[in-house]
Amino acid sequence: MASFKSASQESAAKRIGSFLAKLVKHQIFIPIAALLILVIFNLIADPSFFAISLDQNSLGNPVFSGYLITILDNASELVILAIGMTLVTAASGGQDISVGSAIAISGSVMLRVLCGTNSRPEVLQAPIIVAFLVCCVVAMLFGAFNGTLVAIFKIQPMVATLILFTAGRSVAAWINKNELPIISDASFGYYGNFIPGIPIPTPIFIAVACMILIALVLKFTNLGLYTQSVGINANSSRLNGIDPALIKFITFVILGLCVAVAGFIKVSRFSTINYSVIAKDIEMDAILAVALGGNALNGGKFNMGASILGAYVIQFLTTTLYKFNVVSSALPAYKAVVVIILVVLSAPIVRDKITETWKKLAPVKIAKEAS
Amino acid sequence: MLLQKSAKERNPLMNRHSISDTNILLYITFAVFVVMYAAAIIFLGSGFLKPQTFFSILNENAALIILSCGMSIVMISGGIDISVGAVTALVCMSCAVNLDFNGGSVLTAILLALFVGLMFGLVQGFLVAYLEVQPFIVTLAGMFFAKGMTTIVNSTQFNVVHEGFQKLKSTRINIPGMGSYNKLGIVVPAYVEIGVIVAIITVVVLFMVLRWTKLGRNFYAVGGNSQSANMLGINVKRTKFLAHILCGLLAGIGGFVYFLHVGSGSPSHASGAEMNAIASSIIGGTMLTGGVGNIIGTFFGVLSLSTIKNIVSSLGLDEAWWTNITVAAMICLFLLIQSVVLSRKNKNKL
Repeated sequence: MASFKSASQESAAKRIGSFLAKLVKHQIFIPIAALLILVIFNLIADPSFFAISLDQNSLGNPVFSGYLITILDNASELVILAIGMTLVTAASGGQDISVGSAIAISGSVMLRVLCGTNSRPEVLQAPIIVAFLVCCVVAMLFGAFNGTLVAIFKIQPMVATLILFTAGRSVAAWINKNELPIISDASFGYYGNFIPGIPIPTPIFIAVACMILIALVLKFTNLGLYTQSVGINANSSRLNGIDPALIKFITFVILGLCVAVAGFIKVSRFSTINYSVIAKDIEMDAILAVALGGNALNGGKFNMGASILGAYVIQFLTTTLYKFNVVSSALPAYKAVVVIILVVLSAPIVRDKITETWKKLAPVKIAKEAS
Repeated sequence: MLLQKSAKERNPLMNRHSISDTNILLYITFAVFVVMYAAAIIFLGSGFLKPQTFFSILNENAALIILSCGMSIVMISGGIDISVGAVTALVCMSCAVNLDFNGGSVLTAILLALFVGLMFGLVQGFLVAYLEVQPFIVTLAGMFFAKGMTTIVNSTQFNVVHEGFQKLKSTRINIPGMGSYNKLGIVVPAYVEIGVIVAIITVVVLFMVLRWTKLGRNFYAVGGNSQSANMLGINVKRTKFLAHILCGLLAGIGGFVYFLHVGSGSPSHASGAEMNAIASSIIGGTMLTGGVGNIIGTFFGVLSLSTIKNIVSSLGLDEAWWTNITVAAMICLFLLIQSVVLSRKNKNKL
């Protein structure tokens, strides 16, 4: 009986060991490990970080508050962008650096439609859904512009999107004639803050809806397969009947749609827009999310779940840094260090070195276990 | 011999006397600059006819010229460096703090500028060349690191009052025979700042390096096709490493020249300079795919870019957005030209 018990224990230990080994090799391990490090760090530094309380906000509605809610809430735009950025990265082997500027444009279009000619209207000049649809169309057009440059003119994605990156915020200011429209209608703020009676921030719902949508798209269409095959080898995909240009173009248009949704949330948070500040440096965070998810930045295979988790980890890091009173303008320096560590660890050469040393060490370990 | 001749006849690219596609880019740049400047003189009046207008463009863009030269070298060797603008801001801030708060002299400030630039070049070059990380990601991280470090060094803008530095800053080199008369009939001499001299020396030296030294030709070989460069016995990794070091060093020099021009330290200095530098290089005929480019072209690229900015602002469209939109439109145009040239080149190869 006793021997049976020990044997089952042994096999369980082995199973756990093999599960751990698999996990370490799995792509999603990197963001999970980063998340765990952050959680442990915060637990040690200040356990009250994880406290969630039910408070009343200024409008008298009961809302959840706490750092965790803030993280989930503020990460929404980043998560939505990470979805599109992952597809673009996989298909074209480059990143779109114009998402921040494009958010400024789509937000500006949104406000323009809602406000009409008056920059401070008493009532909305158009239904929110119409404004949102117009904003989607415009953002997709700009995505199509980037996509055309990349897919048809074969310009490197980062350089092609440099055009919109340079001009985007200026275009956004131009759309509203450099005025700062303010929307006084409370219902517009629901999408970026809280719907009365629901204690969870609305952006979380929007982000979850986007995740479900992309999961369904990846499950029931060939989009995921095609983007990966184009990213791995565009020429052989072409020979197999996939049009690489079309696939790249589609990924950029999808990113445009993501930008429109993210821009909608961003504008709704404050009911106004500041062209030079809105979504500033978000392109860096979106690229970082993709990199943190362990996706190859030069195209090919991707893991959507890992990217989304990566986006949450980045917001976790940002919020942690804010909590420790890091000035917002000094934030990039810390993030840059994280990026450098990540890219160095995920560089193929470094990985090969690590596996080599691991192999050298492994026989010793096995011998020890045997004895 | 016969075979050679027929090959030449078949392929116009092999004929030395016909203009090669890559030279077309340089000629286009030069023509654009001349046409634009002429148009400005004709339509915008005599302001552009004064030599000082031209020298003012040089004075304002001396730092950009140096930064663009570094950018061109990295782009020729097949990479990209988007950290130069942020490094410029960091250099400005560290030099300003060194001069005013830490009792430094002009010499220590210059050394500090070179050191900062060199360190960025070294680290980024190592990561790009030896660890084979994508240059865009590395330099993006470098850009954010430099941005953050600038505010960590000092978070507010302040003007430098150091005496020796002020003397150097206000030094003007008059150019004989180029002066103009002001309303009172007194001759106002045309002048350039020290930064312009540094920029022109940089352009000339780098032009010679790229044209006539082994290192310079290696940059082109590695950027054109790194595999065949490797087979020819060129140390590809070292060449890429050196390109980034050179770019970092030039970012340090450019940073100090920028500092000399503005005379203050601020986290918002030179924001977007990397984009202007990339734009200038592209307009100057440097191919993004690597292997093609010319420092003289880059020089004219900077001039074209700043001329168009001047035109836009003197047309009365001085709302800030027009400048950015025209610059973006120009990048777009030149990218499309490059794309067409590249596809023509590929067709000729087949």
